[in-house]
Amino acid sequence: MSQVSQERPPTQRPGQQGGFMGRGGGPFGAIGMPVQKAKDFKGTLLRLLRYFAPYKVNLIAVLVAAVIGTVFSIVSPKILGLATTKLFDGMILKFRHVPGAAIDFTYIAHILFILAGLYVVSASFTYLQQYIMAGVAQTTVYTLRREVEDKLARLPLKFYDGRSHGDILSRAVNDMDNISSTLQQSLTQAITSAVMLVGIVVMMLTISPLLTLVVVITFPLSMLVTVVIAKRSQTYFRDQQRALGILNGHVEEMYIGHRIVKAFGRERISVATFDGLNDTLYDAGWRAQFISGIIMPLMNFIGNIGYVFVSVIGGIMVTKRAIEIGDVQAFIQYARQFTMPITQLANITNIIQSTMASAERIFELLDEPEEVPEAADATVLAAPRGAVEFQHVSFRYVEDVPLIEDMNISASPGETVAIVGPTGAGKTTLVNLLMRFYEINGGKILVDGVDITDLRRDDLRRMFGMVLQDTWLFNGTIRENIAYGREGASELEIIQAAKAAHADHFIRTLPESYDTVLNQDATNLSQGQKQLLTIARAILANPAILILDEATSSVDTRTEVLIQKAMSDLMRGRTSFVIAHRLSTIRDAKLILVMNHGSIVEQGTHEELLAQNGFYADLYNSQFAGAALSEEVAV
Amino acid sequence: MIRLFRFLRPYRFPIALVFALVFLQSLSDLYLPTLLAKIVDTGIVNGDTSYILHTGGLMLLVTLGGTACAVVATFFSSRIAVGFGRIVRGKLFAHVESFSLHEFDTVSTASLITRTTNDTNQVQQVLVIILRMMISAPLLTIGGIIMAISQDATLAWVLVGVIPLLVIAIFFIMRSAIPLFQIMQVKLDRLNLVLDEGLIGVRVIRAFTRTDYEKARFDEANRDLTDTAIKVNRIVALMWPIMMIVLNVATIAILWFGSIRIDRGEMQVGALIAFLQYAMQILFAVLMLSMMFVMLPRASASAKRINEVLDIAPEINDAAQVKETIVQRGVVEFDDVTFSYPGAEEPALSNIAFRTRPGEITAIIGGTGAGKSTLVSLIPRFYDIQSGSVRVDGVDVREMSQEHLRSKIGFVPQRAVLFSGTIAENIRYGKEDATEAEVQHAADIAQATEFISGMSDGLDSTIAQGGANVSGGQKQRLSIARALVRKPEIYVFDDSFSALDFKTDARLRAALKNEVTDATVFIVAQRVSTVMEADQIIVLDEGRVAGIGTHHELMTSCEVYREIVLSQLAAEEIA
Repeated sequence: MSQVSQERPPTQRPGQQGGFMGRGGGPFGAIGMPVQKAKDFKGTLLRLLRYFAPYKVNLIAVLVAAVIGTVFSIVSPKILGLATTKLFDGMILKFRHVPGAAIDFTYIAHILFILAGLYVVSASFTYLQQYIMAGVAQTTVYTLRREVEDKLARLPLKFYDGRSHGDILSRAVNDMDNISSTLQQSLTQAITSAVMLVGIVVMMLTISPLLTLVVVITFPLSMLVTVVIAKRSQTYFRDQQRALGILNGHVEEMYIGHRIVKAFGRERISVATFDGLNDTLYDAGWRAQFISGIIMPLMNFIGNIGYVFVSVIGGIMVTKRAIEIGDVQAFIQYARQFTMPITQLANITNIIQSTMASAERIFELLDEPEEVPEAADATVLAAPRGAVEFQHVSFRYVEDVPLIEDMNISASPGETVAIVGPTGAGKTTLVNLLMRFYEINGGKILVDGVDITDLRRDDLRRMFGMVLQDTWLFNGTIRENIAYGREGASELEIIQAAKAAHADHFIRTLPESYDTVLNQDATNLSQGQKQLLTIARAILANPAILILDEATSSVDTRTEVLIQKAMSDLMRGRTSFVIAHRLSTIRDAKLILVMNHGSIVEQGTHEELLAQNGFYADLYNSQFAGAALSEEVAV
Repeated sequence: MIRLFRFLRPYRFPIALVFALVFLQSLSDLYLPTLLAKIVDTGIVNGDTSYILHTGGLMLLVTLGGTACAVVATFFSSRIAVGFGRIVRGKLFAHVESFSLHEFDTVSTASLITRTTNDTNQVQQVLVIILRMMISAPLLTIGGIIMAISQDATLAWVLVGVIPLLVIAIFFIMRSAIPLFQIMQVKLDRLNLVLDEGLIGVRVIRAFTRTDYEKARFDEANRDLTDTAIKVNRIVALMWPIMMIVLNVATIAILWFGSIRIDRGEMQVGALIAFLQYAMQILFAVLMLSMMFVMLPRASASAKRINEVLDIAPEINDAAQVKETIVQRGVVEFDDVTFSYPGAEEPALSNIAFRTRPGEITAIIGGTGAGKSTLVSLIPRFYDIQSGSVRVDGVDVREMSQEHLRSKIGFVPQRAVLFSGTIAENIRYGKEDATEAEVQHAADIAQATEFISGMSDGLDSTIAQGGANVSGGQKQRLSIARALVRKPEIYVFDDSFSALDFKTDARLRAALKNEVTDATVFIVAQRVSTVMEADQIIVLDEGRVAGIGTHHELMTSCEVYREIVLSQLAAEEIA
C-alpha cells in the first residue's frame, strides 16, 4: 500500500498563530468555514501571476517534479498488485498440489526492487518540488513586501490620516502571510491533487471499468454530503463568530474599565452578562463543531461503502476469473485515495479564494494615489533664513468642507508666531501645510520667497524642527533618538545637544545612560523628559524654522521650568510657530493666530486682538481668569 | 494543560462514553480488512459467491455501526470541548473580576484580555482535536497491533521495527523545525514592529527625511525573515518524503516476509492483504499522534497562561466579619497612611494624615509622580495600605464590605471610560434604578446635555465600544454624570476636567458647587486655578504631605505650594 504518498500533513502555518482565529479552527475545520472572496478574481490572479514571471524556469521545474512525483506514486499500487497476484497464483497452485508449483520469489523480488525504486524517485521529486517552491514563494512574498514598503513611503499623509493603522497593518502582515502560506503549500498541492485525480481514474479504468463505475458513483454522494453540511455549518460558524465577537468585546470593555467596574460595584452584573454571552457562544459553538466534525466520519462512511462494494464485486470477479486478486488489492487502494484529492481540491478552492481576497487588498494598497511628484528642476536654498509667507492659502481636508479660506500671514526670519485656541485640531493642520504633508487647494506658501512646491520635499522638511507634545520617539536608544535629527552626528554633538536641552542630567541618571532603550510607547520616561529629548533632537538638527508645543498639564513643575528654558534658547534667532499656553509667549509674539475648530478665526498682536473684543478676548478672559491671583502672588 | 482538565469533571460520563464510542468505531475500521481477508481466503479461494455477498453485507453493517458511533461521539465531544471552553472562560472571567487593581497592574490588562479570549479558545480547540483524533489514534494503534498479531504474530515483528523508526524520523525533523519556527516568529514580529513604528511615526520620519533609512531597516528585517522562511520550509519539506519512504519500506518488508510465510503455508494471501492494511492504519495513527504533539506545546503555553491567572489570589478581600457604618456621612480620615506599590523600593505615599468633612472640598495638588492619584485610589480601597488606617465614616475601609464602601463613592477617573450601550445606560451605570429625570439632571450638571441633545437619539444614542464615537471632553462629562447620578456621600474627581475647554470647565465647576453641597469632594488637579477655592488643599511632594490648608494659608506656609503657584502663574501674571 502506498496511499501515504500524497496526503499532506496538517502542517502548522507559521505566522497564522497570532491572528484572530486564523484561517479556521484547527487543521480539520477548513470545510464549511465562511470564506472571503475577491471582487475581481481573474484580474487579481493575473496580477499576482506577474510576480512569478522571473521564476518561470523554477516553476516549470516544480510542475515537472510534482507530476513525476505523483505519477510514480500512482503507479505503485498497481505494481504492488502484480506481486500479490503472483503470490496468490503460486499459492493456489500449491494449494491444488500441482506438481512443481512454487511461489516465484525471483519475480516478487524483482517487483519489490522496482517498487523500492519508484518510492525513492517519487519521494525525491516530492522533496525537490517543495524545495524549489520554498525559494520561489518566499522570494515572491519578499518582493511583494518590499513593494508595499516602498509604496507606503510614497503615499501622502492624507492616506495615513484617513485609515486605521490596524487596517494597513493587517494588509501588510496578515494578508501577506496568507499569500505566503498559499504559495508555499496550496499551489503545489493543487497541482498534485489534480494530477492524482486524473491518474487514479486512469489507473482504475485500466484495471476494471465496472469497478471504476462503482467508485465513481460514490462521488456525487460525497459531494452532496459536503455541500449540505458545509451550508449548515457556515451558518453555525457565523453565529459562533458573532457570539465570540460580542463576548470578546465585553471582556475587553470590562477589563479596560476594571477600575470603574470596581468603583461602582458592578462586578456581579458584569459576570452575569458574561455568563449570558458565554452560553450563547456555547450554543453556537458546539453546533458548529458538531456539524463540521461529522463531515469526516460521513466521508469515511461513503468511502467504506465504496470499499465494501469493490471488495464484494471484485471478489466475485476474481472467482469468475475476470480480474486478478492483486488488481482488487490495488483497486481498493485507489478507491481509498480517490476522495482525498477531491476534498483537497475543494479545500484549495476555498484557500485560493481567500488568498485572492488578500492579494486584492494588497493591490488596493499598491494602487492608492501617491504624493504629487516633485518639481523636476527643484530650487535649492543654500542657506535658509526662515521667512515664511502664506498668500491667499485655502485648504480643506474634505471636499465640501472648507477649512481655511484666503489665509495670509507673513513671518520674517527670527519672529515668533503664537497659535492659540481651545483645541489642538489647528496645530496639526498647520504642521501639515508647512511641511507639505498635505497639498493646499489654493494660493501659495513661500519660504524665503520660494514656493514650497518648487522645493524638494526633503529639503523643505530639513528646514523645519519640531518639538511637539505627542512624543514622536521610537523604540531605540536615547542616543539614536537624539541623533535622528541629523544623520551622521558625532557622539560629542549628541551630548552637546542634550546638554543644551537640559536633558543631559536626567539621561545620565538613567541606568544605561545614553544607551537606555526606550520601550515602544516610551513609558520608561516621563512626559516632560520625552519633550526634553525632542528638544535635543531639534537642537541637533539646527533648523531655520521651528514648530513648538508648549508643555501643559501633564508635566511636573520642575521639568516644566527646564523645558521652558530649553525652548527659549532654541527659539533664539529662529522663526518659530508656537502652540502657546503661556501668557508671556503670547504677549511677546509678533503675530497671534487664533484657531478654533481647525481654522483661523482671528489674527493680530495681543493688543489688537484684545481691542477687537472677539473670540480671543473671550478666550483670554476665561483661560486667565485667575488674573486676580496676580495680586495675591505678588504679596 | 492537564491541570486545566480538572474543569472536565462535570463531563466524566460523556467523556467515558466518547472513549467507548471511539473505541468501537476504531474496531469497526479495523474489522473491515479482516472481513476482506475472509472474502479472499474463504470466498475467492473456494469460489463461494454467496459467502462473498454475505460477508459484504456484514461489512456494510460494520461500517454503518462504526459511522453511527463516530457521529454520536462527535456530538458528545463537541459539547464536551465547547462546554469545557465555556467553563474555563467563565471561571477565568469571574476570577479576574474579583481582582484588585494591583493584579491588573502585574499581569497587564492587554494580557488578561488575550488570556480570557484567545488562550481559552486555543485550549478549547485543542480539546476538540484531542477528542476527535488524539484518543482515536492510540486506540487504533493498539487495536491495529492486536489485529495484526491475531492475523499473524510473526509478521507483526516488522511493525515493531518500523514504528520506532517512524517515531525517530518525525522526532528529528520536528526537533530541527520547531526552533526554526520559533525564530521565524521572532523575525516576523520584528518585521511587524518595524512596519508598525513606520506607521505610527510617519510624520516624524518624513519631517526628519528619514524615509530611506526606514526603508533600509525594513528591507533588512524583510530579507532576514525571508532567508529564515526559506530555510524552515526546506527542512519541513523533508518530512513528508522521509515518512513516505519509511512507510513504503514497511510495505515492501511485509510483502517480502509475508510471501515467505505464505510459501511455507503459515499464512494466507487474504491475511497478508489485511495485514498490509492494518500496518498502514497503525502507521497513520502514529503519524497523526506525532502531528498532534506539534500542537500541544502551543496549547500548553495557553493553558499555562490561564493557570497563572487562576492561581493569582485576589489581594483585596472582604473581612470575615464586615462592619456597616452608622451615623456619619462622608467623613474620610487618613491616619498616618503609608503605601508602597508591590515591589517598589520607595513608598508611593508616606505618613499621610488628614480628615475631611461633608460639605467640604478637598483638593490635592503636586507634580507628576507626587502620589495624587494613588492617594484617592486608596479611598475606594483599590489598594491595601501597609501601615496606618484609612477610615470612612469612622470605620476602617478594610473592615467594611467593598460593596458597601464603594456604594458611598462617586469616582471619576483620570481617563474617562465608557462602555458600549446608550448614553442613558452609561449614566445609569452609577445608579441602576435612576429615573429618567435623575439621568437628565446628572447630564445637565455635567454640562453634557448640550451635546447629547445634538445627537440623533439624545440620551438613547449609542456609545461605541470604548466610547470611540465621542470626544475626550464629552467622555469626561459623561463619566462625571455617571458619578453624579449616584448621589454618593463622597466624590472623587481624579484630574477629571483636563479634556474640557475653559468655558465648559468653569460652567461645570459652578454647577457642581450647588449640586454637591452636603457631600465630601476630592479634586485632584495639576493647575492651581482649579484648586484655589477648595476648603482644604493637600500639597503632595514625592509621596509626602508638604502642606495642608487653604490657598491663603499655604501661600505663606508652604514652600512647595508657592513654587507650584509661581511656576504656573508667575510667568503670566507677575511679569
